[in-house]
Amino acid sequence: MNDMSPESYVTADGRTIGNVVMDMRDITLKFGGVTAIKDISFDIREGEIRAIIGPNGAGKSSMLNVISGFYTPQIGEIWYRGKKRPPMKPYQVARQGIARTFQNIALFEGMTVLDNVMTGRLTHMNASVISQALWWGKAQAEEIENREKVEKVIDFLEIQNIRKTPVGRLPYGLKKRVELARALAADPQILLLDEPMAGMNVEEKEDMSRFILDVNDEFGTTIVLIEHDMGVVMDLSDRVVVMDYGKKIGDGAPDDVRNNQAVIDAYLGVSH
Amino acid sequence: MTNGTTSGQLDTIPRLLARNADRYGSKAAYREKDYGIWQSWTWVEAQAETRALALGLLELGANPGDHIAIIGRNRPYLYWSMVAAQMVGAVPVPLYQDAVGEEIAYVLDHCSARFIIAADQEQVDKVLEVQDRLNGLDHMIYLDPRGMRKYDHGKLSPFADVQARGREHAGKHEATLRDRMAEQNGSTTCVMLYTSGTTGRPKGVVLSNDNIIETARHSSEFDKLRAGDEVLAYLPMAWVGDFIFSIGQAYWTAFCVNCPESSDTMMTDLREIGPTYYFAPPRIFETQLTNIMIRMEDAGSFKKWLFDRYMEVARRVGPAILDEKPVSFMDRLNYRLGEFFVYGPLKNALGFTRVRVGYTAGEAIGPEIFDFYRALGINLKQLYGQTEASVFITQQPDHEVRPDTVGVPSPGVEIKIADSGEVYYRSPGVFVEYYKNPESTASTKDAEGWVATGDAGFIEEDTGHLRIIDRAKDVGKMASGALFAPKYVENKLKFFPNILEAVVFGSGRETCAAFINIDLTAVGNWAERNNIAYASYQELSQHPDVISQIKANIEEVNRSVAADAMLSGCQIHRFLVLHKELDADDGELTRTRKVRRRIIEEKFDDLITALYDGSSSISTETEVTYEDGRKGLLKATLQVENAETVVTSTPKVEAAE
Repeated sequence: MNDMSPESYVTADGRTIGNVVMDMRDITLKFGGVTAIKDISFDIREGEIRAIIGPNGAGKSSMLNVISGFYTPQIGEIWYRGKKRPPMKPYQVARQGIARTFQNIALFEGMTVLDNVMTGRLTHMNASVISQALWWGKAQAEEIENREKVEKVIDFLEIQNIRKTPVGRLPYGLKKRVELARALAADPQILLLDEPMAGMNVEEKEDMSRFILDVNDEFGTTIVLIEHDMGVVMDLSDRVVVMDYGKKIGDGAPDDVRNNQAVIDAYLGVSH
Repeated sequence: MTNGTTSGQLDTIPRLLARNADRYGSKAAYREKDYGIWQSWTWVEAQAETRALALGLLELGANPGDHIAIIGRNRPYLYWSMVAAQMVGAVPVPLYQDAVGEEIAYVLDHCSARFIIAADQEQVDKVLEVQDRLNGLDHMIYLDPRGMRKYDHGKLSPFADVQARGREHAGKHEATLRDRMAEQNGSTTCVMLYTSGTTGRPKGVVLSNDNIIETARHSSEFDKLRAGDEVLAYLPMAWVGDFIFSIGQAYWTAFCVNCPESSDTMMTDLREIGPTYYFAPPRIFETQLTNIMIRMEDAGSFKKWLFDRYMEVARRVGPAILDEKPVSFMDRLNYRLGEFFVYGPLKNALGFTRVRVGYTAGEAIGPEIFDFYRALGINLKQLYGQTEASVFITQQPDHEVRPDTVGVPSPGVEIKIADSGEVYYRSPGVFVEYYKNPESTASTKDAEGWVATGDAGFIEEDTGHLRIIDRAKDVGKMASGALFAPKYVENKLKFFPNILEAVVFGSGRETCAAFINIDLTAVGNWAERNNIAYASYQELSQHPDVISQIKANIEEVNRSVAADAMLSGCQIHRFLVLHKELDADDGELTRTRKVRRRIIEEKFDDLITALYDGSSSISTETEVTYEDGRKGLLKATLQVENAETVVTSTPKVEAAE
């Protein structure tokens, strides 16, 4: 594996990148006869922005689904915070502090922004069903506490003015932001973003980039993102994994990846 | 507490704060919606916060006479900053938060600001960008720590830290603070405000404590403002009106200042607070009215019928009822029903249910707009003022409100009309001087204290009300000698929901012509309802149907203008719809959104030529400035249209030489 120095270091712009927090070892994922991911290994360090890029069908989203526990790889190990992770359900992974957004927006269209973001706090609510139904005792105290957290996220992402608007009425760019808000509300240690900027115009992309950087900077959240816009990837990320046909063909700092011939051939386009 | 309360002198803002903390201690002084909840501070808490900051400023080494610039949207912390600055003997200088780097650099350099209190990263960045050109900048304080972690904190501190250091070192600075406050009196500078200026560089207007407090006292008594009143502070902090309302009057009467959550939530916050005292420039009332009309266009036929029917009743008798004039029983009954079905819910939706006194100023308001709000039973009044007067020159007393006058002289204000027609005033609120600009001070304020307003007007003999015709320098003569008053016509045009802004030309010419800006909200909505596709503002503005609607609007205005013998020369013969919205970033409007005629004339010189040379279209290129300061070029071909005018018997020509 490349640059596996165990010590933490400080980036040029003053952020501290910590030790390896998640280590993917020799992951292979098959769907029947199709091998979506072939023997891939890479690691994610605490506090970094880690991008996964690759052409369509390269297996990027599958990789994210492996991390989030949605798929269980047939071969390979996932080490999280120094421990080997047993096969887990997505909700168990979520409880470990890993939150995600989806490529196709997966919000509750009929609910308000506030309610949608509140659902992000579900893993932090422990009151009994009866208490919840009567909204009494522990449930009430919990809601007030969680609402405060949610309001901080709303403030952070500057969506106060649409707090009470049903999500179905919002434009696409804002929906993406609400999805990010919901993921953030879970107080994640690792945030998985599946194409956070797909289909956005330049201004929306700039906004979203700023929010991603701010989240990383403000909360120290480790971010793993899939993105197609090369400019964005190169600007945002600390390290990039490049995938093609389920294989890893590059891994390293944006500049290294940019100059890697295999990557150029596979992704950035070169006449064959 | 301070010496102020013991000596009974209430001649500085810090002393008023001390009195309020004493007398109204547990009453709310400030509220701000934050994290979805209205957070509030009592007068005692506000005093503690302000003192902590003042002590912190002393720890940073603030000296009497220093200028402390404050940049940001309306937030309690920034209001405290202004008062804290006063406490340490410094002069607060609030700046427009949307000002671009260049404007900020000029002002900061002109006043040699030693400290800057900025709201957030955006404002800090703007200052950092121009810091090489600033002399005397010592330290910057920021409010919102977001994104600021990586900045070099040598000359940069978070607001909370400065307060904490103030509290920590309180013992060391208590005595200094007490002495500084004791030294101050009515003639000490209270604030310095930069006028946006329709021409030239901004000027720093120095206002003393007497200016502000006397004006606040008079105007509060005039409208019977009291502790327990609520205002929403959302207008730029750099504007004198906000200073008078949110500091002057608020500290004098001890009412509560509410700050919105963000500029986007202003309307929701307005509804939630339901202010009792409200102030807005005509633009806001226009926008709200446009929105109401758009929503009613989309409403069901029964609702629309109900609205139209009762608005007709309201327009007919509403203002009379508000002025307590005799109205027939049936009309009163009808108005009551209307209140129940339409006006009440509408006022509630607008957040105006509790408004006891509402003011509009800054620009003349269209009479139709003005009457609309009064018809609903909202006591909306006009005032006339300027920064140099600490706002108030004239205002309308209750029951004497008319759309065409700006009221009687405010208490303590004297008015005279010069031979040229220009309005002059003298009052306790008259500014001390323009900072570092004795020539301008001398040319504006004469030895006896009379100040030229730059507006032409006259006093109505029977009522004593002042009527403003136009800016003195804008009022001119047409080639025929007829009176040319562009603002008069522009205001009539702007009442149409489709028209956002109009600029009328004609001084020294045979006929009048106009530029029109369409209102994107209203016209866009119309386009949507009629399935008209458009890709840009520019394309929509040149759509033949849009132009023909504007043409109909102009012809209606022409008919109304023709009815006034003195002004019938101002009918618009030709017009074009501009391809871009006039914008303060491009210098075409002031930050308070007043048209800068001369700049527009220079910039669109080619378009004006086309208006007068008979051509039917014109291609043009315009430079535009984007929000981030970058510049771009806009190319367009504009239609020039003729409008029908009404032929009147030779317009009454004033005895011209």
